[in-house]
Amino acid sequence: MMAVEGISPKTYRKVLIGNHAVAEAVKLARAQVIAAYPITPQTLIVEKLAEMVEKGELNAKFIRIDSEHSALAAVLGAVAAGARAFTATSSHGLLYMYEVVWWAANARLPMVMTIVTRSIAPPWNIHSDHNDLLTMRDSGWIISMAESVQEAFDLTLQGFKISEDERVLLPFVVGLDAFQLSHTAEVVDIPNQKIVDEWLPPRNPYIPYVLEPGQNFAVGNIGPNEYTMELRWYMYDAMKRAKEVIKEVDRDYAKIGGRSYGGLVERYKTSDAKYIVVTMGAWSGDAKEAVDELRDEGIPVGLLRLRFIRPFPIEELRELAFGAKAFLVVDRAMSMGYWGILGIEISAAIKEITQIRNIIAGLGGVDVSVDDFYNLFKKNIEKIECGEIREVISIEWYMPWLKK
Amino acid sequence: METSNQYLKFLDSLLAKPSIGAIGKTGLWRTFKPIYYRDKCIRCLLCWLYCPENAIDVNEDKTIAIDYDYCKGCGICASICPKKAIEMIVESE
Repeated sequence: MMAVEGISPKTYRKVLIGNHAVAEAVKLARAQVIAAYPITPQTLIVEKLAEMVEKGELNAKFIRIDSEHSALAAVLGAVAAGARAFTATSSHGLLYMYEVVWWAANARLPMVMTIVTRSIAPPWNIHSDHNDLLTMRDSGWIISMAESVQEAFDLTLQGFKISEDERVLLPFVVGLDAFQLSHTAEVVDIPNQKIVDEWLPPRNPYIPYVLEPGQNFAVGNIGPNEYTMELRWYMYDAMKRAKEVIKEVDRDYAKIGGRSYGGLVERYKTSDAKYIVVTMGAWSGDAKEAVDELRDEGIPVGLLRLRFIRPFPIEELRELAFGAKAFLVVDRAMSMGYWGILGIEISAAIKEITQIRNIIAGLGGVDVSVDDFYNLFKKNIEKIECGEIREVISIEWYMPWLKK
Repeated sequence: METSNQYLKFLDSLLAKPSIGAIGKTGLWRTFKPIYYRDKCIRCLLCWLYCPENAIDVNEDKTIAIDYDYCKGCGICASICPKKAIEMIVESE
């Protein structure tokens, strides 16, 4: 591209792996404090950020710290002191961090964390499933999940804006699948720094509160039990408002990024669909290809992709459920003793309206191809059509390698 | 933390500002009572530094006064005093 005097392009393009795209977004957001501990498959995010700080491209304090528990605690402290702060982790790192995950949300501190989703041991496994991210489900974090490297970049930038909005003030997590996104390169459209600065101004350190000399108060000191319950109600109320703020920021982002995803969910060929496939994360792209193939055969199937799991898009789901014959919910996370986690979530929203088939697949990073999705959807739609599957909700573990 | 911002109402239950006697006179919980012997005191103020309840006031001449309304009688001051200028006695009825 030729540089024109006085005119800088609004966006530029780079080939980036998912982890480096997240680092790029954190740089553009001008994060002031980054505290992190390495863990595969997340390490490349904070490695890149450390490099940016070292080169002077990012004016931030980079804290190399002894554990994930301390990493999020340091971020929490930095945010309470007025900074914009970031961390990232995966799997066991998140589990080690878990106590502070709840502290951050209950203390209403705005921040962004990336979880590169990775299976939990044993056996040791560095590949993607969603059980690690979904341990955060009830904690009060806003939980998003990307389908592409571009979306991981966009959600990271949007995360700061949503989290810091005074109507929200809840921490924000961006999930992206191990390797399928974290280590896979895509062309990414990146807004330039000037435009991002206008769209995402520096954080107002006084909202919600700042710890500074001369301010005498304690955060979350012991108090009457009623205070705890009141604080939970305020979080519940903020989560309700977050739905609107997410949609607003998504629309507003189109001005600088040129993209809008449609809010809490993405609808793909759903307007006349009788069968709705529900997915989350990177494999949604493969599932969409399978939907295309089935559409070519005249089967009325569409796909609903969950971009956010908290706040949960209950209205969007119910709206689609009224026109549908069945939902095929593909889950990459299992709640032992019950169904897949998305299966549980979605059945609570729509089970009196339509039938649900919960498909457990891809645990431990098992590859699920377009052909797998095609066969799965086709077989299940046929079984529901001919009445072989009648239960309101039923579950299937997809392990084709066992059947040969 | 009183706020007029409707979105920040949660601060009232989240942030605690220091105040004296918010849950009553905690000195009533005391079993042992510290007694101060001014003539033995060398004004080192370790008792003031160590008191976990901020119940020791410092006078202008660096002697101390114990605030019995809020002293719970933990005995740290008596224990830390290098000159045994504070003695713990059983609280009388």
